Parts: sequence; C-alpha cells; structure tokens
Amino acid sequence: MLTRLLKKLSLLVQRRRFRSDLDEEMAFHRAQSESEFISEGMSPKEAHYAAMRQFGNTTRLREQSEEVVGFRMETVIQDLGFALRQLRKNPGFGVTAVLILALGIGVSVAIFGFVDAALIQPLPFAHPDRLVDVTESAAAVPHADLSRPDYEDWKRINSSLSSLEVYAFEGYLLHVGSVTEPAPGLRVSDGFFRTLGVKPILGRDFLPGEDKPGGAKIVMLPYSTWQKRFGGRADVIGQSANLSGENYTIVGVLPREFIWQPRANAEFFTTLLDKSSCERRRSCHNLVGVGRLRDGVTVNAARAEMQRIANQLAALYPGSNRDQGAVVQPLTEFIIGDVRIILLTLLGGAALLLMIACVNVASLLLVRSESRRREIAVRGALGATKARLARQFVTEGLLLAAFGCTAGVFVAAWTMALLGKLVPKTMADGMPFLRQVGLNAHTAIFAVAVATLAAFVLAVTPALRLGSTDLQDALSEGGRGAAGRFWQRLGANLVVVELTVAVVLLAGAGLLGRSFYSLLHVETGIDPTHLATVNVIAPDSKYKTTDDTRQLYLEIERRLMALPGVQSVGMTTDLPVQCNCDTDWIRIAGKPYHGEHNETDQREVSPNYLISTLKAKLIRGRMITAQDDASHPQVMIINETLAKNYFLGEDPIGQKIGNTDLAPDSMREIVGIIADVREGGLQQDLWPAEYEPIYHSSDTYFSIAVRTAGDEKALLPTMVSTLRQVEPGLGIYDEQTMEQQIDGSQSALLHKFAMWLVGIFAGLALVLGVIGLYGVIAYSVSQRTREIGVRMALGAQRSTVYKLVMRQAVWLTAIGLMLGLACSVGVSTLMHKLLFGVEAWDAPTLLAVALILGLAALAASFIPAWRAASVNPTEALRAE
Amino acid sequence: MAKKSDLLPGTLDLLILKTLARGTLHGYGIALSIKRSSDDVLTVEEGSLYPALQRLLLAGWLKAEWKMSETNRRARFYTLTRTGRKQLGVEISEFEQMIAAIGRVLSAPEEA
Repeated sequence: MLTRLLKKLSLLVQRRRFRSDLDEEMAFHRAQSESEFISEGMSPKEAHYAAMRQFGNTTRLREQSEEVVGFRMETVIQDLGFALRQLRKNPGFGVTAVLILALGIGVSVAIFGFVDAALIQPLPFAHPDRLVDVTESAAAVPHADLSRPDYEDWKRINSSLSSLEVYAFEGYLLHVGSVTEPAPGLRVSDGFFRTLGVKPILGRDFLPGEDKPGGAKIVMLPYSTWQKRFGGRADVIGQSANLSGENYTIVGVLPREFIWQPRANAEFFTTLLDKSSCERRRSCHNLVGVGRLRDGVTVNAARAEMQRIANQLAALYPGSNRDQGAVVQPLTEFIIGDVRIILLTLLGGAALLLMIACVNVASLLLVRSESRRREIAVRGALGATKARLARQFVTEGLLLAAFGCTAGVFVAAWTMALLGKLVPKTMADGMPFLRQVGLNAHTAIFAVAVATLAAFVLAVTPALRLGSTDLQDALSEGGRGAAGRFWQRLGANLVVVELTVAVVLLAGAGLLGRSFYSLLHVETGIDPTHLATVNVIAPDSKYKTTDDTRQLYLEIERRLMALPGVQSVGMTTDLPVQCNCDTDWIRIAGKPYHGEHNETDQREVSPNYLISTLKAKLIRGRMITAQDDASHPQVMIINETLAKNYFLGEDPIGQKIGNTDLAPDSMREIVGIIADVREGGLQQDLWPAEYEPIYHSSDTYFSIAVRTAGDEKALLPTMVSTLRQVEPGLGIYDEQTMEQQIDGSQSALLHKFAMWLVGIFAGLALVLGVIGLYGVIAYSVSQRTREIGVRMALGAQRSTVYKLVMRQAVWLTAIGLMLGLACSVGVSTLMHKLLFGVEAWDAPTLLAVALILGLAALAASFIPAWRAASVNPTEALRAE
Repeated sequence: MAKKSDLLPGTLDLLILKTLARGTLHGYGIALSIKRSSDDVLTVEEGSLYPALQRLLLAGWLKAEWKMSETNRRARFYTLTRTGRKQLGVEISEFEQMIAAIGRVLSAPEEA
C-alpha cells in the first residue's frame, strides 16, 4: 500500500515524463499496427486511418491510463479553481476570513519570534548550557554579590567548576576633548572571556595572572567601543586609553556579537587588579561570578558544593559570613529572568487569540456551508460521492489557510518590527537577544505548524457537517431538518468557545491593567512631580578628601539654587525607587545581639534632600543640618520601617546605632524619623533605611535632585550645563525627571508592555467573539423567519419575539461567561508572578469583564432580534 | 464469430500476465500475442491495454524498461516480476474456479 502511494507520488512529480512515455508507447503501437495493415495489403494512407480508428481517441486513452496511476490532478485543480471562484464570488467572506486568520497566525508567530530569540536560541557563548551564574545569598537578599575574599576561597576550594570568574561594575571617566564623559565598564578576572569561550578578533585575551594586584593596567574593547571611540582602526592594539585619569594599554578587541547581558552598556573591560577598600573586606559584596561546570556535574551538585563551602566560611568568619548561602543557577536563567514569564504569558495570549481566530473563521465557513446546502445536495444528486464533496471543503479550507498564513507572515514581520521598536532603548540594551528576533528557520517552522493546525480546523469543521446531511431533506424546498439543528449545535458550541477565550483574555488584560495601575500608584513617600535628577561622578584625582567633596557639594548646591524656578537642591548617594542596594549591617547599642545581619539601606544625603527636595515627611525629631559635619557628633535619620522593626514601642530618638562590632567611630545617634521613602523598586518590599549626612563622606559618586516651580524637563539641560561650569571634570549621566525614572523603571516597563499587548489581544478577542455570537443569532433568526411569521400571525407580540431570540443569546453568553470566568481564575493564577497588588480572583476586574462582554454580546444579538421582531408576518409566510 | 469479443471481466490482467510469462514484450507485442494465440478471437483494445499495464506496474507485478524493438524503434518492454508470477498462479486458479462454476451452471439440467 505504501509503496503504491510512493509510486503514485513519484509519478505525480514526474508527470511530464509519464505522459511522454505513454505518448511514445502509443505512437509505437500505432506505427506497428500501421505497418501490419500495410503488410496485409492496405495502402499507407488507408493503413494510417485504420490504425487511428482502431486506436480511438488518444487523449481519452491517455486520461484512462492516468486515472489508473495518478491522483486525478485535474480534479484537484478543478476543486482549487472552484474554491477560488467561491471566494471571489463572495469577497467579503474571503477577505474577512483571510484577515482574521492572518491576524491570529501573524500575532502568534511574532510573539513566538521573541520567545524563540529569548528562550530557545542559545546564548552566544561556547556551550552556554554549561555556564552558571554564581553568587552569594543572604537572608534579605536572595541574589547577593560575592565578596572578593569569599570569591577567592570559593574558586580555590570548589571542584564542581572548571573555572570560576568574576566581574564588577565600574564607572570610568573618559576625557573626550574638553568634555568629560562617564563610561561604564567592567573589571573582570583574567579567565572571564576564556570561560565564556569568547576570543578577541584583534590582539589578545587577558593572560592568566594579569588580574593580580599590582599588575599592569590593560583593557579590552568591545566591538562597539572600538568602532565608536577608536574608529575601528587595526592599530589600536598597544595604544593607551585614559580611564579616570589612568592610562590603560589596549590589548584586544572583542567580536561584534559579544555582549555581556548583565551590563550590556559596558564600554571597557579591565582586569580586577588592586583591591578596592570594599574588596579588602569579607563583608563587602561587589562581585558577580560566572562559572563553567565540569563535565558531568549538574547545576544542583555545584550549588550543593558551593553551599557547603559557604557554610564552612560562615563557621570560620561568623562576623561577616553568618547566614550567607550560595546561588548557582544556569546563566540563561539569570539573564532571561523576569522576561520569561512575560513572554510565556504573551505567547499564551497569542495562542488564545489564534484559537479564537480559527474558531471564528471555522464558524464563518459553517454558515457558508449551510447556505450552500442546496448546491451540495444537487452535486450529490448528480453523483458526487461524500468523499468527493468533503474534498471540496477540505480544498477550500486549505486554500483559506494558505492565504491566511501567507498574509500572516507579513503581519508577523510587521508586528515583530513594531514590538522591537516599542522596547525602550535602555531595556533593549540589556536584552541583546532582541536582535535575533525575526523570520528565521524556527519561526518559519512554527508558522507552518500553526498554519497546518488552522488548515486542519478549517478543513474538518465543514466536512464534519456533511456527515449528517440527508440528501433528500436538503433538496426539499425550505427543508431544515437534522442538518440545521446539527449546525446550530456546533455553531453554538463554537461561539461558547470564542466567548470563553475572550473572557480569559479580557480578565488577563484587566488584571495586568490593575497591576500596572497599582504599580504606578505605589506609595513612594515622595512627591515625584517637578523633580529633575541627574547622576554625577567626580574625578577621584581632584576630590580626595571629605573637605574637597564637601566644597564641591556646596558649590553645586549654590549654583543650582541660583537657577530660575529652583526651589530646593538635594544630594544623595542613591536616588529613590532604584534598588535596595548599598546596604549596611546595623547593630543597636544596648540591645541583645547574636551576630545576625540586619540588612539596612544606607544613604548619605544633604540637609535639604529629604524634606524640602523630595517632600518626604518628618515624623519626629529633626533633620540633618549643615552643622552635622565631621567636627560634630555623628547623627542619622531613620525611616519608619527601621523604627518599627527595631524600636517597637520605644522612642528611637536619642538611641545609637553602630556597625556589627559597635566600633566607636561607627556609632551614630538617631535624631529624626521620616515616613518611609521607597528606596527599592516599585515591586520590592519596603526596607529599613538610614540616612546620614553626605558631608561626612568622600564619595565621588552621587546623585542630585532638584525641585523646581517650573517645567522639570526643561530644567535638565540647564542643570547639566551648570554642573559643567562648576566642574568641567564631572562625569554626568542619566539626567531625567523623577517621573520618567519611575515610569521607566524595569518593572513598570515590563508591566506596561504586558498590559498593552494582552489588552490588544483581549480587544481583538472581544470583537471576534461578539461577531461570532452575532453570526449565530443572525443565522438562527434567518432560519426561523417562517416560524416567527407564523407566531406573529397567530398573535405573538413583538416582545415575545424579542424574548425568543434574546433567550438564545443570553443563554450562550451566560455559558461563555461562566466557563470563561472559571478558566480565567485558573489562568491568572498561573501568571500570578506578573500580578502586583491584585489577586487572580479580583472581583471588580472579573465583574467588569462580565459586564463588558455581557453588554457587547447583548448589543450584538439585539440587532438580529430587532430584525426578527420587525418581520412582516404576511411577507414571512409568503416568502416560502 | 464476432470480430471483437468482449473479454470476461478481470481476464485482461490474467491474459497479460500469462503472455508475459513467456517472455519480455512491448505493448503492441502483448496485444499481437494475445490475438495470435487466441486465433484472432480475442482482440485487446488499446484503450484497455495501456491502463491495465499501468495498473499492473503499480501493483508491482510488472516492470518496464525502454529498449530497442526489432524494428529499431524505442519501445517500452514489460517483464513479469516474481510477485507477478505468483499473481499469475492465483489468477489462473481463480479463473479456472470461475469457468468450472459457469460450466456447472450451464450443465445443469433444464427444467421445464
């Protein structure tokens, strides 16, 4: 059987060959007959005609032979031609169906393109599945950086990793002409690139041992820096680059496709070299590890070993390492992180949209097949077999799917380009996989799979209907027997599916919308309006002492205050709504202490920063003043959370807080309590925080916040130029308004993106679902025109007719709503990670969804009901 | 005797297989051979012959190849395959059963 099919297939392919063979064979036959006739005494001419006569119609003969072997290509072409004519005859239907399909297929292929680029395509490193992200963890910080001493011990002791490397963020100041530009960079251990399997395209890699303290200052350039700052010249190797006043020799250039996702904007890669003050302490964490698993070692085994090492270190150094654990996770996990859940949610949404699109087109096909009942019956009566009729429908379904898929590919390409553009630049930098989004082999396979599925649904639905068609019944005038009922049942079921899916998508969009809303309305503890902010790096070489920086702070404050409209200028080490980072371990004097790590956000701020600039509220005590400098006793302000956590039922004012050893020079007196200012991200918990005078610090990294009476956006450029006048050597970056910063934060952006996309999906689903409902009701009204006419002739009121029609609509909508609400609670629970400040079963959202869908459904079914009620009984009866 | 006799249904395949059992032949040769060996009683119509040949090819009972004919023209020659030979046996026994059955019907005594 199979070989037969294969032979047939091969003949189908070699059709022309088959024909010419047959022609030649028959010509040979004719010639032989002719020569025999001649040998029997006929004249050549007579013989020729005799042979022709005997042979008969050659074309017919050929067809007979072909029928034996072929698929009857002619009938397939006939079917196709007929299907095309059908579509052309009713372009409204054809265009609608193709558009709906294109939309469903296009959107799902586009979203899959992103899923593929982010989750399926491997990271551009050698054997990326063996790379792991390695860090420490603390009670309050599940993914904490490594300290340098810990890193050195982990690297030395562990046997799970063939290499363990680290990288640390570093901000360099770059002098370009007269302007100083901040340039983000990474200090890495010497084997960093070897571990990743990245080889320089120019020059050499860092050599083993080149990251040791006291080593030569060398730098490797990523491709983009090489192009942008060094004109892509081949002779950069051996030249030097001046970073923050020090000369670094360029030793290599990295390939174009190399991007280190965790700090995608890094412009320079230098070696670790000397230990910073932080890196000399075991308690100060500033490194992130990346390792390569040895062959045969699993991630879990590596994690277990690291955890054992962490436990040993905790026992050895309880002061710094108590409760410090180990994190070992696949590098992909670390890099993709939050995006995975969003992408999977979107893919789910797109799949639902595709489903609703297919169901919608399938029910359109059903309506059409119903209106073609008589045509089908006639063809059946003329001898077409059921299989032959079914094939006609299958052909039409396949044709639609083919058109839909082709158009869908365009929709997909367009959608991918659009979505790619919608991702903000800052976020896109951290997601280099976005560059791989596009039409490629993976998306093509997916598109074909989706189209096949759609074709199957479209081919099978109307063909199913045929099974129940009774020929005679269909032929009889006005017959509406079993087939009508069958269709109504199937059609109604399909509509329920559509409505259910629409409810799920609407509920999802609603919940994401509420999450986004609550995210943007999280209490920040500040007034984010009219605030301009900027980050600054001052050159270390010029600002060495506390006094130097203090002069700089004061001068900046004075100059910015002089700008028109400026009401207050504040300085801080970290702006609010950023991260629970730059933390401190505190210990309260006079309270029992068992060596636990009391993780606290630590901020150094100028006197005007909290109250007059941010508009935070002082609850008790006083603020930091200009007098709180190095010559006075050290003080601090705490937030409410710290007061609640450590001074429950007591007055914190006047109490003292120090470091874990209560070292005398670390002791500070609490002088004030402010209402919580959100230092961490919008979705993060509020942490205890301490605010200390910035004038004690010699930190050269700081941020400035300026409150203005006027337009804060317009103030930004003036602010930057004023800062440059104060100190041309300042590195100035990320000037933006506080509102921009909050709206542009990672979690706000991700939520916004998810909300809009799912919202669009839901809107489309609502429209399609309601159109489907309208179709079913309108069809059933058209089928019942006579019945309605009879009823009205017998005295039924118009209101009764309305009731008759609306009952069906309400029933279908109610079932769809119920199923949909039940499913959406389940689905929303799956995406609970994306929800913020709202439960999966949030009643207002579900109620609103029910209301929207219910109203839309009623509106859609009211039109046919109205039409039914305005039926003229005489006409309805005469129409038969 | 009629000029062309209608073959019993299903017997064309049998005749072709049997003819080819004697050796490789082209289409015309098969028709000619059947005609001759039936003393001009059985004439195979070309309209039946070529579809039948295709059918037998598909079934795998024959194989075909292009060779030079005795008149030096290219012709497609058909050869019986091993399964074809087996099939010939099956068809012959089926045919004989049918003939015997028909014979029994014909030799039944006529009733008034």
